[in-house]
Amino acid sequence: MSVLVDKFDVFAGGFWLTLQICVLAAIGALILGAVVAVLRISPVPPLRALGTAYVTIFRNMPLTVVMFFAAFALPALGSNADFLRIPGLDVVFTRLSTDLPYFRFALIALTLYTAAFVCEALRSGINAVPPGQAEAARSLGLTFGQNLRYVVLPQSWKASIVPLGSVIIAMIKNSALIGFFGVVGDLSQSADQLTSAEGYAFIPVAIGISIGYLIMTVPLGALLDRIERRQAVAAR
Amino acid sequence: MRFTRAAVVATAAALTFGLTACGGDKTESGDTGSSKSFAAGSTMEKLNKAQAIKVGTKFDQPGFGLKGLSGKPEGFDVEVAKIIVKELGIPTDKIEFVETTSKIREDAIVNNNVDFIVATYTINDKRKERIAFAGPYYEAGQNILVKADDATITGPDAFKAGDKKVCSVTGSTPAETIKTYVKDVATQLVLFDTYDKCITALDGGQVNAVTTDNVILLGYIAKNEGKYKLAGDNFTKEPYGIGVKIDDKDFRSFINDTLEKAYKDGSWKKAWDDTAGKFGAELGTAPAVNRY
Repeated sequence: MSVLVDKFDVFAGGFWLTLQICVLAAIGALILGAVVAVLRISPVPPLRALGTAYVTIFRNMPLTVVMFFAAFALPALGSNADFLRIPGLDVVFTRLSTDLPYFRFALIALTLYTAAFVCEALRSGINAVPPGQAEAARSLGLTFGQNLRYVVLPQSWKASIVPLGSVIIAMIKNSALIGFFGVVGDLSQSADQLTSAEGYAFIPVAIGISIGYLIMTVPLGALLDRIERRQAVAAR
Repeated sequence: MRFTRAAVVATAAALTFGLTACGGDKTESGDTGSSKSFAAGSTMEKLNKAQAIKVGTKFDQPGFGLKGLSGKPEGFDVEVAKIIVKELGIPTDKIEFVETTSKIREDAIVNNNVDFIVATYTINDKRKERIAFAGPYYEAGQNILVKADDATITGPDAFKAGDKKVCSVTGSTPAETIKTYVKDVATQLVLFDTYDKCITALDGGQVNAVTTDNVILLGYIAKNEGKYKLAGDNFTKEPYGIGVKIDDKDFRSFINDTLEKAYKDGSWKKAWDDTAGKFGAELGTAPAVNRY
């Protein structure tokens, strides 16, 4: 188990990079997922179809395939995803602005994929709001947007929190794939480096990276449990 | 088995006095039976008695160990393994080839999943802490592949300026080596799980070069006539060894003897010419086995 101490910097560096992509992808997926969810429940049929198409495609495609498209089809189309070189944000998330675009490609793939699940989690929450609420709001003369903002979404949030948590935890675990699509130095790829090139035994290294992922996922799960309990109390 | 007990004892005694290459002159047919005997209790005797052997190799390394649609791995590593297995008096069709990727090679030996490993396995001190190496049976070297019209990269020092990007494979020795040449790993080095993806990245212009052992790169140059070239000379020495259990000194010596014999009788060169030699890679002179 000495590898955990000797190579602590490798594990820590991997943890930090994985955390970076997870934070960015979670923000991106929550925003995009909310937009898609609004599309899916909007009263305009073409927009609804668009939302449904998005969810159908990205929920049913394996993440490896989405990653593959991002890493190899985007360059073929002539894009290095330079629009993600967001000034300011790249001070903290330094990998965003590097000339090697694979961090951005991985971020795009993870965001697009997760957004489909975020959309469905939000929609399940919206469906949990009694239809009478929306009908009453509409009869008061609220527009679709006002209806969502003041009546439906505040109530749906409570029912969405648990499925959303599962989606984000799943996303953190899925991020283990980025190391195999060109991103150097994330947690899973660090393990590969330690076991293959440096010849450390596999099991201690696997334990090390497992701890890394658990540090990210377990507290998140506990936090969500707390929020859920508080929301449940408030709902009474 | 038509040996008398006395003959077996006599041969075993002879073997323990160092005449290990005894009776090896009938191995060319590839179908030798169990007409060999080895010192009692040795790994060689155990394997010969069992008439079965598990050999670790790679299934994705063109020229060395590649498992295609035929279902049988082919390549120089596979041929070297066959030379050793023949010498053990086991028919080569009794070999069970096990895929040992770079990640699991040491574990495969330590956990007895394989009897020995021939898998473009660079001998280094870190690995020697857990396993032992016979050989080397080939000396490769790390090199750099660039597009044929690229004159800006002539060696690994080109990466020191910090503007050239390079691709290699996750967890490989070349990936670790090139890290010592690049200015900033995060902005200059990209790693994939296969070299094919690196070549795609090179074609797409995301990276300027691909680096790994020369023999692998030569495979890509041979496949795409005139599209790529090597940038300069090999800048490392990668002696490929055969991995065995760390305490099995007898088996290691046996493999070393077998290699030396194969150098002399031409089977080593033939193995090369039938496999990686077809890519235009140079065999060079036989590396001296390292009996540590």
